[in-house]
Amino acid sequence: MIGLAIVIAFWIGAWYLNSRLASLPKSTATKFAVPSIFGITILGVWEGLVRSLDVPPVILPSPTLIAYRFSQSLDILWMDFLQTVVKGALSGYLIGCGSAFAIAILIDRSQFLQKGLLPIGNFVAALPIVGTAPIFVMWFGFGWQSKAAVVVAMVFFPMLVNMVQGLSESERMQRDLMKTYGANYWQTLMKLRLPAAMPFAFNGLKISTTLALIGAIVAEFFGSPIVGMGFRISTEVGKMALDMVWAEIVVAAVTGSLFYGMVAYVERGVTFWHPSKRN
Amino acid sequence: MRSLIPVAVVVAIIVSAWYAATVVMNAQWTRDQAARAGVEIGFSELVADTMDQKRPRLPAPHQVGAEIWNTTVEKKVTSKRSLVFHAWVTLSATLLGFAIGTGLGILLAFGIVHDRAMDMGVMPWAIASQTVPILAIAPMIIVVLFSIGISGLLPKAIISAYLSFFPVVVGMVAGFRSPDPLQLDLMKTYNASKAHIFWKLRVPASMPFLFASLKIGIAASLVGAIVGELPTGAVAGLGTRLLAGSYYGQTIQIWSALLTAAALAAALVGLIGLVQRTTLVRMGMHR
Repeated sequence: MIGLAIVIAFWIGAWYLNSRLASLPKSTATKFAVPSIFGITILGVWEGLVRSLDVPPVILPSPTLIAYRFSQSLDILWMDFLQTVVKGALSGYLIGCGSAFAIAILIDRSQFLQKGLLPIGNFVAALPIVGTAPIFVMWFGFGWQSKAAVVVAMVFFPMLVNMVQGLSESERMQRDLMKTYGANYWQTLMKLRLPAAMPFAFNGLKISTTLALIGAIVAEFFGSPIVGMGFRISTEVGKMALDMVWAEIVVAAVTGSLFYGMVAYVERGVTFWHPSKRN
Repeated sequence: MRSLIPVAVVVAIIVSAWYAATVVMNAQWTRDQAARAGVEIGFSELVADTMDQKRPRLPAPHQVGAEIWNTTVEKKVTSKRSLVFHAWVTLSATLLGFAIGTGLGILLAFGIVHDRAMDMGVMPWAIASQTVPILAIAPMIIVVLFSIGISGLLPKAIISAYLSFFPVVVGMVAGFRSPDPLQLDLMKTYNASKAHIFWKLRVPASMPFLFASLKIGIAASLVGAIVGELPTGAVAGLGTRLLAGSYYGQTIQIWSALLTAAALAAALVGLIGLVQRTTLVRMGMHR
């Protein structure tokens, strides 16, 4: 009972602190502190509730237990990371986005193909592509190749749609100007239309980071070698070793954020001229 | 409508590529069978056989079509072999989860817009959560809820809700904030209360954002429900059909479940698009 009271007091205290901080004038410090305190509050309340209510670890392990399990199984987590993220997700991401990029440029020359592919691409981008996982596992085996294939299928259409739209983004006036310079197709493409397409390309690339991880992890639920994040999650859930599952989820979350962050960082460098990126 | 012909052509190209791939991918099996039986087969026989295998590596479109027809129209809806039955199981979890996720999402967006501490504390996490492969926790939610005695529709709905929640939060925060300062000032000159501003200005202004995030949310919900059906050992639902199909090598069953899921997703998104158009037209916001 006392434990529960402490948890509630901690929560109210943190909430009060946060609302005081938020009412201060906005600065870099408060912008960083408020979400951090919120995150710490969640973890603290979680830890406190699990301890004071004696929640069994097969239902919800406490954050400290997860952190302990994480530190104890770094080698397993690293192997899973290599298998799922580097071999599965990353290779699929590069192939999928790369081919979508190339095909967008190819079909860009044909108005007809564009008109036909764009609605279909939009349609496919909304479909539950993860469902193709069992098919690809059957075709390419249990190894990382099938995971990469699922990732390719998942990222291809969002990337294609964004890229096609991006390539049509340059204005008529700008294209006319390129013509007056006597620029040929490739020069126009390289100097005007590709740079103009970059905000859209990066939008596609950013959406694809999450999709790639989801595809690689879920595809492992359908069959995998005895290594990989999806494999680990599904088998450890079966063993009710939830602390290990949470450790994998931490890895997935951090990977997802870092992957996205890196793409966003490159984007800032490439599309520095875009109004949304100017300060 | 001008894009109808290009779309039809591209669809035709896809279908013919599918048929060609059917021949290529299933040819090995046909040749093996023929070699085992000790008969020579010609090209036309080879092609005919690749289209008509029981467990092809890639079923031909008409095989999938026939399977869908058999399992929807010709089976009773209550039968466990009916795709309508499985689709309904998935759909009900999707819709329940979507309703929960959207409701909570709008509620949180309301809180974020009206409370500075929540805005600064929660919003970065809501945005960051979109970069996290949330789907990975689906098996755990299912198993944990099962171990405390909750099974059936609700666990899947929770995953669906979770997946549709964050897009709705982010979209609706943007929506509630979309009225420009001029409009907000005007409301102030009318001496409007916060509630008035919310109901008469912020809510109507957020409608385009609402529908955009609903479309993302419903697609995510469906994926969540399907993936949520995988780890239960699976009793019913489209995800079950996928898993069972992959266990027993029933490729035709996988493809028909997949196409049904695709049709379901398209129908749901299309339905929201329809509501969007009529609503926005009646509100005078649609061009």
